[in-house]
Amino acid sequence: MTSVLRIEHGAVAFSGRPVLRDLSLIVHTGDVLAILGANGSGKSTLIRAALGLVPLSDGSVELFETPLRRFRQWRRIGYVPQRMGAGSGVPATVREVVAAGRLGKRGFLRPPGARDRKAVHDAIAMVGLGSRAKDPVATLSGGQQQRTLIARALAGEPDLLVLDEPTAGVDAASQEAFAHALRVFVDGGGTVVLVAHELGPLRPVVTRAVVVHDGVIAHDGPVPEPAGHHADPDHDHVHPHAPDHGEGFWGTR
Amino acid sequence: MDLFERALLGVLITGLVAPSLGIYLVQRRMSLIGDGIGHIALTGVGLGLLTSTQPVLMAVIVATLGSIAVELVRSRGRTSGDMALAILFYGGISGGVFLVGLAPGKSNANLMAYLFGSPLTTTEDDLIVMAVLGAIVLLVTLGLRPWLFAICQDEEYAKVSGLPVRLLNLLLAVMAAVTVTVAMRAVGLLLVSALMVVPVAAAQQLSRGFAGTMLLSMLGGVGAGAGGFFLSLRLDTGTGATVVLTAIALFVLMVLAGPLLRRRKRVSNGSAGEPPEWVLEG
Ligand SMILES: Nc1ncnc2c1ncn2[C@@H]1O[C@H](COP(=O)(O)OP(=O)(O)O)[C@@H](O)[C@H]1O
Ligand SMILES: [Mg+2]
Repeated sequence: MTSVLRIEHGAVAFSGRPVLRDLSLIVHTGDVLAILGANGSGKSTLIRAALGLVPLSDGSVELFETPLRRFRQWRRIGYVPQRMGAGSGVPATVREVVAAGRLGKRGFLRPPGARDRKAVHDAIAMVGLGSRAKDPVATLSGGQQQRTLIARALAGEPDLLVLDEPTAGVDAASQEAFAHALRVFVDGGGTVVLVAHELGPLRPVVTRAVVVHDGVIAHDGPVPEPAGHHADPDHDHVHPHAPDHGEGFWGTR
Repeated sequence: MDLFERALLGVLITGLVAPSLGIYLVQRRMSLIGDGIGHIALTGVGLGLLTSTQPVLMAVIVATLGSIAVELVRSRGRTSGDMALAILFYGGISGGVFLVGLAPGKSNANLMAYLFGSPLTTTEDDLIVMAVLGAIVLLVTLGLRPWLFAICQDEEYAKVSGLPVRLLNLLLAVMAAVTVTVAMRAVGLLLVSALMVVPVAAAQQLSRGFAGTMLLSMLGGVGAGAGGFFLSLRLDTGTGATVVLTAIALFVLMVLAGPLLRRRKRVSNGSAGEPPEWVLEG
């Protein structure tokens, strides 16, 4: 089985403070991997390091079996950041934002072809925003804005989707729309890495879960059953300082 | 072409070009950067006057270097960057005033012309330079719109998309410097930024998307340029300042008219509710 993402002995520190240390993870083609863990445990840092947005202080990252430094096939990756970028000083329509997700595939300086336009249109329809395509994203609800970002990632027809808390604080309707889009993507052979606070309707789609705790992977396997209120990943948001817990959350350390 | 035609044409070129570049700065919420680059360009003007080379040429060179420095500070994202920019900008304008003072045949009128514009002194050569530089800026801001939109809207996402983010950022920085120089003659270095920003602010009161905002802001820039130019002739006031005030009047008008126009649209659209089409799977 080919690996889509391989992190070996990865370490990340922010101004000397280690957030990830000696973390290893392999994601295979077809995996639908959920990354769980307390707030501030380093889930976002993990995927940002995997995408080269945060430098590793130690260890290595491979994407599609290519070292990150030499990796050029970015069009194979669809990234959904935790929230929309800062560039909201000027209104932009849903279609304009989603079309930005097609640029990697389209190629630099190429005008859009019929296929590009169709991919953008289909991605918007996939997340159920067909009727809002010409509306400014700022007028959408938080959940609809999140769906716009997912459509942007889908528009490039990627092989790997990397999503950072796509369902956090999102209304039930948007969660269902997202679960549907994800199922279609996975049925088409796609690989998914998603950070999730609450799996909710995504739970049946997820095939594997890892738990980040104390800078390393503390669990790797099936989605862990909530072993009580405190160990429940769905409830870790009540512990804003979770990394300070002395005991291993998941009893594995 | 007579004096007034040259002056008007210069103002119109500025009104067309400045918002097409400024919209990207506004999108990044960096509306004041154009002002800073204008400050830096004054050092170039001073150098030009001192060494009796073309002030415009020196302004382009110094503004470009300054703009690239600004971009490097921005892309590092340091919190101390704010201070670095302040020092760069104030150093730029002080350096300009200082160098003009050293120049032979120094005159404050000369300095005022560069700070606040003097379209009536536009020569045929000036106009050719403005037209060529303006065309280059438009080629980039219009031709690369999807890519520049992407890096200004969400830079990290653009990186993960594999776009040449660093190259595009540098290109944008250089074009900002060129725009400042194009606008220098018409509205002056202290008012350049206003024509980059105010027409965009006016346009977005009406528009719904980025492309629409861009088009409207360029129209608004040309409109304010023409209106302000004729007004300044009638009232015998400074052209640059009058053009900027006209643009601001346009902005206020749009702020007042925007809600009315939007309400009309909403009524004609019917209810804006979202149909539950996504519930039907498959
Ligand atoms: N750019 C950064 N600079 C400094 N500290 C950071 C940065 N990004 C994240 N951190 C810190 O790293 C830790 C992990 O953050 P993050 O990866 O966002 O956690 P999670 O996504 O699991 O909530 C937090 O303590 C956070 O404050
Ligand atoms: Mg996070």
